[in-house]
Amino acid sequence: MLLSKLKIFWRGVRQLSGDDAYERYLRHYAQHHADTDTPPLSKAEFFKQWQDGLWQGIRRCC
Amino acid sequence: MKNLQQTLIWLTIAIIGAAAVGGIALQRGESINALWFVTAALCVYAIAFRFYAAWIAATVLEVDPSRATPAERLDNGHDFTPTHKWIVFGHHFAAIAGPGPLVGPTLAAQFGYLPGTLWILFGSVLGGCVQDMVTLFMSTRRDAKSLGQMARDELGALGGTAALIATFTIMIILISVLGLIVVNAMKHSPWATFTVSATIPIAIIVGFYMRYFRPGQVLEASAIGVALLLLSVVGGSWIDQHPVLHGWFDHEGLTLAWWIMAYGFAAAILPVWMLLAPRDYLSTYMKLGTITLLAVAIIVLQPSVKMPAITQFIDGTGPIFGGKLFPFVFITIACGAISGFHSLVASGTTPKLLSNERDIRTIGYGGMLLESFVAIMAMIAATVLDPGVFFAINSSAGVVGKEAADAVAKISSWGFPVSVGQMQDLATAMGETTLFARTGGAPSLAVGMASIFGSAFGQGMLAVWYHFAIMFEAIFILTTLDAGTRVGRFMLQDMLGNIWPKMGETSWTPSAVITSAIVVAGWGYFLYIGVIDPNGGVNILWPLFGIANQMLAAIALCVSTTILVKSDKLRYAWVTGLPLTWLVIITSTAAWQKLTSADVRIGFFAGANDLSAKLASNSLPPEKAQHAPQLIFNLHLDAYITLAFVSLLWLIVFDMLRVCSRYVSGKSVPPLSESPHIPSRLVEDWVRD
Repeated sequence: MLLSKLKIFWRGVRQLSGDDAYERYLRHYAQHHADTDTPPLSKAEFFKQWQDGLWQGIRRCC
Repeated sequence: MKNLQQTLIWLTIAIIGAAAVGGIALQRGESINALWFVTAALCVYAIAFRFYAAWIAATVLEVDPSRATPAERLDNGHDFTPTHKWIVFGHHFAAIAGPGPLVGPTLAAQFGYLPGTLWILFGSVLGGCVQDMVTLFMSTRRDAKSLGQMARDELGALGGTAALIATFTIMIILISVLGLIVVNAMKHSPWATFTVSATIPIAIIVGFYMRYFRPGQVLEASAIGVALLLLSVVGGSWIDQHPVLHGWFDHEGLTLAWWIMAYGFAAAILPVWMLLAPRDYLSTYMKLGTITLLAVAIIVLQPSVKMPAITQFIDGTGPIFGGKLFPFVFITIACGAISGFHSLVASGTTPKLLSNERDIRTIGYGGMLLESFVAIMAMIAATVLDPGVFFAINSSAGVVGKEAADAVAKISSWGFPVSVGQMQDLATAMGETTLFARTGGAPSLAVGMASIFGSAFGQGMLAVWYHFAIMFEAIFILTTLDAGTRVGRFMLQDMLGNIWPKMGETSWTPSAVITSAIVVAGWGYFLYIGVIDPNGGVNILWPLFGIANQMLAAIALCVSTTILVKSDKLRYAWVTGLPLTWLVIITSTAAWQKLTSADVRIGFFAGANDLSAKLASNSLPPEKAQHAPQLIFNLHLDAYITLAFVSLLWLIVFDMLRVCSRYVSGKSVPPLSESPHIPSRLVEDWVRD
């Protein structure tokens, strides 16, 4: 019971921080782009794009 | 039966809340327990969220859970992604909660604890939360468009341009005042200066770690970064006592200001992964961790609030900033009650993650409630200090005198006893040489937090807690500073791109360097003036920032009100119209006083004329006379900026009234830009597991 709560919490922390962003990308890829010929990005390549994309708009405020 | 039980529970909450608010308001004894504040806040928030927010969501906005959100329709696995409610809440809260709700209440505590507390509670539930929630809703219905775009679509080109100019200028003022707060916290404090500067190489290490050494291992890299940060807090003590290193980190305010400008420029042109992104990770963990720790400490310890409910400074003679309770308490506490800046996050950024419209209430309204609670905690941390100590830390040398003996005599004469010995002991306990005239709110908040943490986790660590609190504030102030400079750079590149397309290419180095330099020069100028101003600078810059922020909020509410009217919901337009009216009243009154007041500490022109007269009659001491011409020029500039702000505000208000009255009388208006209704296909448990 407590263990499953902790697991949910940990999953939340990973998602909030973007630690699991690549895993989520792979899942998105499998669902939407699996039929195309281009293979998914490598973890390093994906992370580059993801991080640069995060800072396009206003993300922090007063 | 269940209904009756529910009614009884809410009735109990209402009674407890009313008792707590009444208790705070009517208490006239020596001190009051901080738990009253927490109770009052939680009850007010619970009732507002359960009833008012729910009513707005269901009746005014008519949120539709069956309607696909932009995150679902435009899902690209990158920025548009349907995300679990609480994850979006976390992102949204981390984005809106900055140093504003910590600094504003600390400064406003000069009026006593009551005015600020009431404004934080009722301003947020009736104003700030409504603004955030309604803006989030409007943007969600419009493919996550930004506030500026929505203003252009719904009001016309005028509204759109005004929103753009307002956003850019508020950014400049905001960054300069934040820079000033960090400078005041680091001035002649080798410990604080070392700890704050250490955050830069630590961020770079973290940046390289998660980009090249272990790509994408965000949590691992952040854990290392947080450990290094804590080490730097403790290590600062060693630097402070080291005979040689001490001197390396002991600087005048002006030197530190130049360094901050150099830092802001570097952060704006370096790639984000190297400095900005890793710093942001560290600051977010620090922020969430420290705020939680503070909440736990306040609830466990229940410290006593020693500040009176209301002080004599409501008459406008306050030492921290000049100006009467009305309108200046409402200007000083912007974030924490209502903050226009939030509408920039609530439009554009957050809607791209929202998986269902029904989450809008929790994220928009609830996120702001939490920020309001942070402001309440800041108010508690400021008011648990002895009032004499509070005023000694926050009053500038220009107001109470440069010598410690003069300062304590003056502050004690106001009825807030404090002694030189007491201040010296406190400074020694906090590991500082002096705590007099450390304006800007950060040092007094750090002393307040250190004393709360100290009594919870051991007094021996006071100096470490103090510098931890300084580091915590500085790290996310610097995050706002570098992120803001970068956003300012992009906005400027975008604007200049309309004139010369080559400038609009964000990755073209000459364009990046030139626009970053312009943005840094903009806020650097105000920072420079703030540092050389003998009255501390914060007393001028913070109200200017408050006016700008409230003006942005008014723009957001104008857009929302227009959309409500154009959606045939005129009878509910008061939901956004009332906070809008209030904001227009307070910003206009504050601007009017800033322009016309004969009090040299309030009126910009009065201040400039006074200084000119003194300069002409040679009655200024040489060190003041040296900077007087710059200060006079700056006071004039501030006056014209204020005038521009208030004119912009009225322009938008009239534009809104024009569009609304045209609509009501059946004339043509820009059509509603809402995206068509497409049913959601997301399976419940898929996103909400």
